[in-house]
Amino acid sequence: MACRSSIDFPGISGKLPPMEPTEAELIAAVLKGDAASFEPLVQKYSPRVFATARRYARRESEVDDIAQEVWLKAFEKLGSFRGEAPFEHWLMRMTVRTCYDILRGHQRNREATFTDLSEPENDWLERFAAAPESAGDNEDAAKLLIGRVMEKLSPQARLVITLLEIEDRSVKEIAELTGWSVPLVKVRAFRARAEMKKILAKMGTEKYL
Amino acid sequence: MNVTRRGDAASKTMSRMNLDELHTKLIAAARADAPADRVPYAFEKRVSALLASRVAPHALDAWVTGLWRAAVSCVGVAALCGMLAVITSASSAASSDDLVQNLDSTLLASVDQTDQAQ
Repeated sequence: MACRSSIDFPGISGKLPPMEPTEAELIAAVLKGDAASFEPLVQKYSPRVFATARRYARRESEVDDIAQEVWLKAFEKLGSFRGEAPFEHWLMRMTVRTCYDILRGHQRNREATFTDLSEPENDWLERFAAAPESAGDNEDAAKLLIGRVMEKLSPQARLVITLLEIEDRSVKEIAELTGWSVPLVKVRAFRARAEMKKILAKMGTEKYL
Repeated sequence: MNVTRRGDAASKTMSRMNLDELHTKLIAAARADAPADRVPYAFEKRVSALLASRVAPHALDAWVTGLWRAAVSCVGVAALCGMLAVITSASSAASSDDLVQNLDSTLLASVDQTDQAQ
């Protein structure tokens, strides 16, 4: 691993502790064939990768698989990292795109029924229908319901809603993360909101009819 | 069971349900539920082990690719040599036929002349 050795300075007794290699140094070392230099990068950025993967994964075991795939891809494509933007941005682009691929893989398994809502979810919906202010948005039932709704969205819609509305990112940021053009993000955001509204209407209809 | 009455009640409830507000509430719920960023123990070691197991076959892959390329170029050179051999043998066969005829006519020229004289 490329690591700076301790330096002796005249007039200063003892040795300075060895400095941590910078990100650029680690990346350069990996590109030269030192795979061990990749480990500090994995250690540093895994929390962000895991947090993003948890937004899209269906199970915790799937989160591990997504994160692993992201890092393997990052290692393979590290040569394409030009260093113009921070490594974290490049990695997050890869993470979002991997999550999108995973969502597309799940597309066939989506079922559009809300017949199996739990008691707290039903209760929350009833309270919302009676008086919206009585249904708090920080309740577990609301969190479960939004989870269900997100699972029923198409991959594109889910990605856009997550990035735009839940993570509160700008259209430009989403375009950079997804590789879509800005107008395309806007079109997909419009469609995603419409799709979500349709799903919410279906949820209400199935509950009350 | 009075289905119509239940249907009416349902449609009243549905009309009361403001979908835009429901959307806002649920998105707020999702925002409040930020995913955890915990990483499994020794995850980076697992990734490193995976990478190491992938790097070794890559070195072998380079050899295999090199050998395949060498084999293909060998076959190409062999085919070229074969073609050249066929072409040269065909042309040499034609020229050797001419040589035989010339030799025959030269050797038998005196015999031919004798025959003509008689």
